[in-house]
Amino acid sequence: MGRKILFITTDQQRYDTLGVNGGVLSRTPVLDGLAAQGIRYERCQPTSVVCMPSRASMLTGQFPSTHGAWMNGVPLAIDAPSVAEDLHDAGYATALIGKAHFEPFMDPFGLFAENALASLGLPTVEQDWFDGRRGVHRGFDHLEFATHGVMGALHYAKWMTELHPEAIGGFYPVVDGELNVNAAGGGDTGAPQVKFNNVPRDWYHTDWVADRTIEWLDRQDGDRDWFCWMSFPDPHHPWDPPRSEIGRVPWRDVELPANYPQRASERESLLDAKARHWRAWYDGRLVSNYEAPAKWVPATLTPDQVREVNALNAVEVELIDEAVGRVLASIEAKGWGDDVDVIFTSDHGEFQGDFGLLFKGPYHVDGLMRLPLIWRPARSTRPEPSVVHAPVSLVSLAATFLEVAGRPAPAWVEGASLPRSDDDARARSFDSTVTEWDSAIFGVDVHVRSVVTREHLYTEYRPGTMHDGSEGELYDLVDDPLQRINRFDDPAYANARATLAERLRSHEERPGERATPGTLMAPV
Amino acid sequence: MASLRHERRIAADADIVWEVIRRPESIPTWFPGIASCTVEGAKRVITTAAGIEMPEEILTIDPLIHRFAYRITSPLYRFHLGVIDVIALGPSDSLCVYSTTAEPDPLALLIAGGTVGALDEIQKIAEATAKG
Repeated sequence: MGRKILFITTDQQRYDTLGVNGGVLSRTPVLDGLAAQGIRYERCQPTSVVCMPSRASMLTGQFPSTHGAWMNGVPLAIDAPSVAEDLHDAGYATALIGKAHFEPFMDPFGLFAENALASLGLPTVEQDWFDGRRGVHRGFDHLEFATHGVMGALHYAKWMTELHPEAIGGFYPVVDGELNVNAAGGGDTGAPQVKFNNVPRDWYHTDWVADRTIEWLDRQDGDRDWFCWMSFPDPHHPWDPPRSEIGRVPWRDVELPANYPQRASERESLLDAKARHWRAWYDGRLVSNYEAPAKWVPATLTPDQVREVNALNAVEVELIDEAVGRVLASIEAKGWGDDVDVIFTSDHGEFQGDFGLLFKGPYHVDGLMRLPLIWRPARSTRPEPSVVHAPVSLVSLAATFLEVAGRPAPAWVEGASLPRSDDDARARSFDSTVTEWDSAIFGVDVHVRSVVTREHLYTEYRPGTMHDGSEGELYDLVDDPLQRINRFDDPAYANARATLAERLRSHEERPGERATPGTLMAPV
Repeated sequence: MASLRHERRIAADADIVWEVIRRPESIPTWFPGIASCTVEGAKRVITTAAGIEMPEEILTIDPLIHRFAYRITSPLYRFHLGVIDVIALGPSDSLCVYSTTAEPDPLALLIAGGTVGALDEIQKIAEATAKG
């Protein structure tokens, strides 16, 4: 028997929402406790700041430009490499419970297996694997899906529809009647994607994901290793946690974020210093991507709306922490506690009011790019608690799981396993990470590449609808941690810019086979 | 209004490709995810594999220019126009272009996503027929 792996992800959760990372709104004792026992990463970056490409990178260990799911709505090829397939080959029982999103949710023609499993009543289906064999869907023996609210044909929606139909109307409708991300406001402040939801806590998807995970764990043979990806849809919008819980964080008591300038003129001058699409979105002159409400103008966001969104977000984070605690207690009760590696992270972040913005898009700053990442190695390995300051990436997760399982990393994995300390990071040259963005939707294309080091965050905008290839951003993370001063054209930073540009060129020219970029099949 | 287009080069004579698509009732054979359809005159109702019914109106079936045009008349759409053009490039060489223009925009994307698989299937059927 080796080490079991509990991989916990959330959706759209910022680094600074955990207490251990300095967050003050949510109480997160369970995750803080894991960090104290294991390794906490101070600068973890996603490969993409939207769900599908980022999640595909977790599964494949590849950047979006390699695995081919380059934007939301582009499915990951069914025969793309998958770390779950390797673990399955190694004898692991494999499960993904919660939000997968390797395939589009919007699927009127019923083309994607992820949307069919709940109706079929099957735990998985056979598909082509990367190596030419056929096997369980992307390497998972067991799949039970949920997403935001009760959207789609997934297991959670089916469960709610069959058992608790009276509560469905309490959820915020994520998309409107035209299938755009809904701009309707709610709550006390009229903030978009906010609603008071009378669903009982036990029926909310966070607890459902934990319940289904515990149920799956209950069925596992204690002598067999397992890999369980427990994937919470929250704290991604909509912000509609059970109303019974919202008193935990009264929004009127919430302080505005350090990066939310209250004066419009200050917000606008910060945005004007960035590439031109920032201000265009803020003013309502550009909708560059599907992930924010097309009919919402960020300039209308009020301080109270920021407070309310952040309060509800914090409630959702607390519920996740408590759900994780229940699952960990179940693992301890089974006597597996010493043999389980726990890794916690999120797929990307959320503006939460930074620069006067909400949601996400082609905007590479910490709100969207700096993620919580905690690895609590199995206690049987006597892990040395540490904090890693070197930049690391979610592209390293696949290799890390394989290392835990005692498997060599296959050639298709682009990220090395996570370092256990700064010394380890130094020895293995963890000194920069790259985040990619490509989108082309409704006549607007945007192409962005960013590299992060300990000292800098550097972004290049490739030619597209809004950019001619000459724009960029360069932030000094030491002197300007809030990324307010764009040094891209500052002569004092010319050398840094040249070095960082060279790193991006190296990334583009990295060796290895690239999948054919997938086709956009749906908005999301 | 969103307008999207997908196309496929097919190693088959344009007449063979046209034969695959020209009959309105044949759509379940070449459009993955369309489970069935009924046709009455210029009215067609398709039912998708996800159980969604969509009424359509056939606008053009032109054998001379190899164009099939239709619109979805479901109230979800303020506007929809789907056009399939088969263009002869040479003997045993054709281009099949499937265009979708619709409002609201996200609905155009959903239909256009499905047309990618349709082009795959049209190509497969036409090339198999061409090979005899």
